[in-house]
Amino acid sequence: MVDSLANSLADPLLRVENLVRSFGGIKATDNLSLDVLPGELHAIIGPNGAGKTTLISQLTGQLMPNSGAIHFAGRNVTWLPSYERSRLGLARSFQITCLLPDFTAADNVALAAQAHDGHSFRFWGAARKEKHLRDAAQAALTRVGLAQRADVPVSELSHGEQRELELAVALATKPQLLLLDEPMAGLGVTESARMVTLLKELRKEVTIVLVEHDMEAVFALADRITVLVYGRVIASGDPDAIRTNEEVKRAYLGEQHAVTRHG
Amino acid sequence: MNSKKINASNFIVALVALGLLLLPAYSALTGNIFILTLFTRIVIFALAAASLNLIMGYGGMMSFGHAAYLGIGGYAVGILAYEGIGSGFIQWPVALAVSALYALVIGALSLRTRGVYFIMITLAFAQMAYYVTSGLSRYGGDDGLTIYKRSTFGGLIDLSNRVQFYYLCLACLFGGIYLIWRIVNSRFGMVVRGVRSNEQRMQAIGFHANRYRLVCFVISGTICGLAGALLANNTDFISPATMYWTRSGDLMVMVILGGMGSLFGPVIGTIVFLVLEEVLSQFTEYWALIMGPLLLLIVLFARGGIMGVLGRLSRG
Amino acid sequence: MLVLIEQSLNGLQFGLLLFLLAAGLTLVFGIMDFVNLAHGSLYMMGAYFAATFVAWTNSFVLGILMALGATLLLGIALEFIALRHLYGRDHLDQVLATFGLILFFNDAVRLIWGPAGLSLPLPAWLTVPVQIVPGVFYPAYRLSIIVVALAVAALLYLVVMRTRIGMLIRAGASNREMIGALGINIKLLFTLVFGLGAALAGLAGLMQAPILTVQIGMGENILILAFVIIVIGGIGSIRGAFLAAIFVGMIDTLGRAFLPDLLRMVLSSAAASTAAPALSSMLIYLLMAIVLVVRPEGLFPAAKR
Repeated sequence: MVDSLANSLADPLLRVENLVRSFGGIKATDNLSLDVLPGELHAIIGPNGAGKTTLISQLTGQLMPNSGAIHFAGRNVTWLPSYERSRLGLARSFQITCLLPDFTAADNVALAAQAHDGHSFRFWGAARKEKHLRDAAQAALTRVGLAQRADVPVSELSHGEQRELELAVALATKPQLLLLDEPMAGLGVTESARMVTLLKELRKEVTIVLVEHDMEAVFALADRITVLVYGRVIASGDPDAIRTNEEVKRAYLGEQHAVTRHG
Repeated sequence: MNSKKINASNFIVALVALGLLLLPAYSALTGNIFILTLFTRIVIFALAAASLNLIMGYGGMMSFGHAAYLGIGGYAVGILAYEGIGSGFIQWPVALAVSALYALVIGALSLRTRGVYFIMITLAFAQMAYYVTSGLSRYGGDDGLTIYKRSTFGGLIDLSNRVQFYYLCLACLFGGIYLIWRIVNSRFGMVVRGVRSNEQRMQAIGFHANRYRLVCFVISGTICGLAGALLANNTDFISPATMYWTRSGDLMVMVILGGMGSLFGPVIGTIVFLVLEEVLSQFTEYWALIMGPLLLLIVLFARGGIMGVLGRLSRG
Repeated sequence: MLVLIEQSLNGLQFGLLLFLLAAGLTLVFGIMDFVNLAHGSLYMMGAYFAATFVAWTNSFVLGILMALGATLLLGIALEFIALRHLYGRDHLDQVLATFGLILFFNDAVRLIWGPAGLSLPLPAWLTVPVQIVPGVFYPAYRLSIIVVALAVAALLYLVVMRTRIGMLIRAGASNREMIGALGINIKLLFTLVFGLGAALAGLAGLMQAPILTVQIGMGENILILAFVIIVIGGIGSIRGAFLAAIFVGMIDTLGRAFLPDLLRMVLSSAAASTAAPALSSMLIYLLMAIVLVVRPEGLFPAAKR
């Protein structure tokens, strides 16, 4: 009863229904359903091999499901190519850093801004001279703390800076929903703390789906948590409910305590 | 792009540009006509190479069928001349239009593949163009088509005057390079270069990669079609051999030799390639025996071509 | 009707030759991820060696066996000296380097054998027509090409699918590091595979020598057809290459044979004779274009790649 009331007040921004994706004989996504409400920060956790990145890839269009449906902002986006989903307001940061290595940090972000600033079939005027694009890029870089490193080629950025750049690029597309795939992977203690602070600010402006292994961050940030094991949802709810859930503890958190985090 | 400093690369480029501008004067002074005709040919091929560099160096599309556009542009001029239409104002736009159309169709088909398959397919389509023109017996077939009168431009310029023709070709080359410079730095160019750098990233931020690739492909083909029209006028002759796949290979070599993805690389590369070919063939009939392994060694050891080497010298 | 059967057999024969060439190419590409444009040169050398050795030894069979061996050795030498340094490099680098090799080979052949090309006459016992079906005669030599090529194809299938070496080859195609980790001598395996590819190319070259051509540049023309076949047949698939090769061989041969007549039924005679040769040459590429539109990954792509 309470659920249906909550649902009628806020239609989910993202609705996943019975998603299935197999690789050969292995079901990476096994009849997965999940909702993301607007304005929330929804974390997805699970042991390695749970299919988190596979799920994200299907949500953003890098991978197509075998069956099932994905609805974003009321539209069926299940089979849309990734560039169309981006235009609808779905942005992603990649688990394995996926930037433009031949360009500077500012260029990377400016291109993301350019993608959402009219069309790009302009052949004459220099793109690097478009002030509003440069400004938008600088703004995004400042937010993630990379303003000083704007003109540094991506190949010369540290791993931590590249992760921050991933976030800046996603932000520059002015998304409605931000899908972050392990943004803190490989970050040091200070950098992780900075990322957490940043995400706390961002959650007020944009709906976030956060895939993470860093349990401290997850429990500090998440409104709701969904736990994935072998491609299936084994639990979904607020942090306290998840923390005390027996099945979750068995499947995942038990292992987590044995693993040291910051490396 | 390098900022404007005095360094080895910029110096060499300026020197070469100056040399090209003053060449007819040198030719007149020394009475050496041959060097003028040689460099007219070089300038035309440099334009073709520059157009290939646009899709290869900046766009990451390794097309092994670019010589087809030389043929298409050339045959547009040749066929129209044969049928009595000698005006360049008609011939050349037709050359450009047909090249663009061919690029659109071939590009749309070929860009459905990647990597080595793309290379093979562009090669196959270019060879198809070769076979088709070989079969056109009305226009000479295998033997080619003689062009008795060069394109006329209503008295504005006389293409049969060697010096005027050279400067026209040079203007096309410099104009083409300027156009390419503007394109690669424009919004469009940034997208194309981004797609080359990381296609998945570009798709993820909202760019339909293949659409941009295709447009780039068409622009490149059109510019090369112009080179084809110039080539036909230069040799007063056009034959399917212009489109034989080894010519596409030659173009690729010129681009790589000069330095892929550098603006003036194609010019340098073409000059070195064709001059080398000329010099070697004076020494021996079997110059490919040297060129062949030389090419192999360049690929193995001199990445980034000549401009790459100069660039390292400038920095180091 | 007779003509149809004859042309169909010609198409089959051409297709099988193309298969031998394409199989070598796709094997090398599949296992070593190496694009070898000089594959066509090995085809050419097979033909030149055959013409030369048959003339020296005055024996057709001995001559072609020697030619096969020579091409195999040439392939291995080439791999050892030059090509193995290109494994793992960008495909474009490989294309350019082997392109340089083509130029080299063409001129080397011109230097050694002259520009005119050679001929390889058939011994008498191979020129007799054989009655395959009552009333239908087909030249013995062409028939033997079909038989030999089919036998080689079957052998290739058995080796790749049923032997230990074949298993290594298939494993290598999907995971190079793994077979290295198993302690197999990768370098030797690659050299052998390359040699096999060279032998297949040489075999195709020497088999067609008596009936088609022995001249400079013959490799390039047919190499492109081999590429088309690989694209149509499917990425990394020998079975696909086989089916596509037969298909392409048939279409090309039958097209060239019957298209002029078909066109003459709809167009004027003059238009038909102009259009026919151009159109026949285009057929294969049109086919490739259609496949690209409908199934870009090829008609029978290998399962995973």
